[in-house]
Amino acid sequence: MTNTLLKLEQINTHIEQFHILHNVEFEVSPGEVTVLLGRNGAGKTTTLRTIMGLNNASNGTVTFKGEDITKLPPYHIAKKGIGYVPEDQGIFYGLTVGENMRVGMRKEDDATKERMEWVLELFPDLKKFWKKPGGQLSGGQKQMLSIARSYVNENDLLLIDEPSKGLAPVIVEKVIESIEKMKEKTTVVLVEQNFYMASRLGDRFYILDDGMTVHHGDMSALREDEELKRKYLGIA
Amino acid sequence: MDLFLNLAINGIATGMLIFLIACGLTLIFGLMDVLNFAHGGLFAWGAFVGVWAYGITQSFILSMLAAVIAGLLLGLITEYLIIKPVYGNHIQQILITLGFMLVLSELIKVVFGPNILAASKPPYLDGSWEFGDVTVIKYRALIIVVGLLLFLVIMAVLKFTKIGLIVRAGVMNKEMVQALGINIRLVFIGVFMVGSALAALGGALFAPSSGVAYAEMGMEFGIFAFIVVIIGGMGSVPGSLVAALLVGLSNGFMAYYYSDLAMAVTMILMFIVLIFRPEGLFRVSGVSNK
Ligand SMILES: Nc1ncnc2c1ncn2[C@@H]1O[C@H](COP(=O)(O)OP(=O)(O)OP(=O)(O)O)[C@@H](O)[C@H]1O
Ligand SMILES: [Mg+2]
Repeated sequence: MTNTLLKLEQINTHIEQFHILHNVEFEVSPGEVTVLLGRNGAGKTTTLRTIMGLNNASNGTVTFKGEDITKLPPYHIAKKGIGYVPEDQGIFYGLTVGENMRVGMRKEDDATKERMEWVLELFPDLKKFWKKPGGQLSGGQKQMLSIARSYVNENDLLLIDEPSKGLAPVIVEKVIESIEKMKEKTTVVLVEQNFYMASRLGDRFYILDDGMTVHHGDMSALREDEELKRKYLGIA
Repeated sequence: MDLFLNLAINGIATGMLIFLIACGLTLIFGLMDVLNFAHGGLFAWGAFVGVWAYGITQSFILSMLAAVIAGLLLGLITEYLIIKPVYGNHIQQILITLGFMLVLSELIKVVFGPNILAASKPPYLDGSWEFGDVTVIKYRALIIVVGLLLFLVIMAVLKFTKIGLIVRAGVMNKEMVQALGINIRLVFIGVFMVGSALAALGGALFAPSSGVAYAEMGMEFGIFAFIVVIIGGMGSVPGSLVAALLVGLSNGFMAYYYSDLAMAVTMILMFIVLIFRPEGLFRVSGVSNK
């Protein structure tokens, strides 16, 4: 693969004294949705946090658009063009929906405003609750807000951590549709336990186990591979 | 009635001065998660710089301005030298800022001499207005007006500007603010400097009112400000205003009737709030304090 957008090489991450990620290898091609799979506690969230600089890699390198971003602070990494939708959604509870969106806007130019309108067409509910505090939204609405906020900037890469968590099937469908639309504009790394969602959206997959990348390949291959799915994902 | 109103005005004026210290403290606490026991030192420094500048310029406005500038500079230095190395460690913060508080007090004596300084106000702010039975001391009215105006300005900045929005978001979830591309450290420094300047301005306003500036005033008012932050709710500016007025008033009345109990009543007020609303009167809702 010659044109790689994001590349993790030999990434090791410690949280306090615990060695969480062991030589994680991970590559993302532009325009694709790469799904990160693995059991609870496998290290998926830690991998995304390490990319964002929220956890520091003790060694190894993260390369984004050909540039080493391993040691950069999180805000700098975000400015390079990475949007982040964390597992806990990261909504500011005391700010209104509109204010939550505005904090996330790195620029307030016309292009951003245009994107904002596009985002609000994707998530019309947000417009309805524009003045409502983020803390008063339902779980699904919070997830939409968190995703919408990451769409407002012109990012080259989105990191989305388990967007289907705790959502009703109808809402999951909506989230899938929104990511499908976003896929046309940007590259996505998706952490997902919901295999239905993962297989609907994913082009390629990586499986993490015990902080190590144990498998990767085309999503179409994984769909057929019952053995792999049983072994690492607990599904058959 | 006359006495009651006079005590009330006095209490509100004291409350406003405490508010000027507490509002910076509450934002530093809420946004940076830093326990800054040196904050009162800025109050004392503001008082001395104000008195010194007034002596030279004979201009009240310039003396206030000098205190604000001194507060900004001292805030910058304090953040860089004292606070930055101890982010995320409360025990170290308490120790180093308490130590620095003493350093600030001693430095006052080095720079301005070991004695109490007499502070005077300009003639146009001296004296009082009579409204029937009630005497309103002009200078106290000025303190109240300045305090209220600053409160409104701070609230407007927090509410209507992008930087204010970022500060409010930072109080709720620092990590997410950074992940959205904002250099929170710059915001920290800015808030620290402005908070320090407000405390210094408070001190500069206080000295002409009491007639003196003394190094220990920083510690006295600093303790009140901490109590106010706890009562009002960490990170809440309106909370610190309400709590500062409560503390100012209760302290003012108690000091008149049972002066020995003045501090005790303030403490009791804090305990009552802690029992019924452990997060203070005005809770700032957030995801976490990451
Ligand atoms: N703050 C922390 N302190 C100590 N250990 C942690 C911390 N955060 C995560 N871990 C450990 O790191 C490992 C990986 O956690 P991580 O959150 O990355 O897993 P995950 O794959 O995202 O799991 P899930 O599917 O449950 O979200 C786990 O064993 C977890 O216990
Ligand atoms: Mg996770």
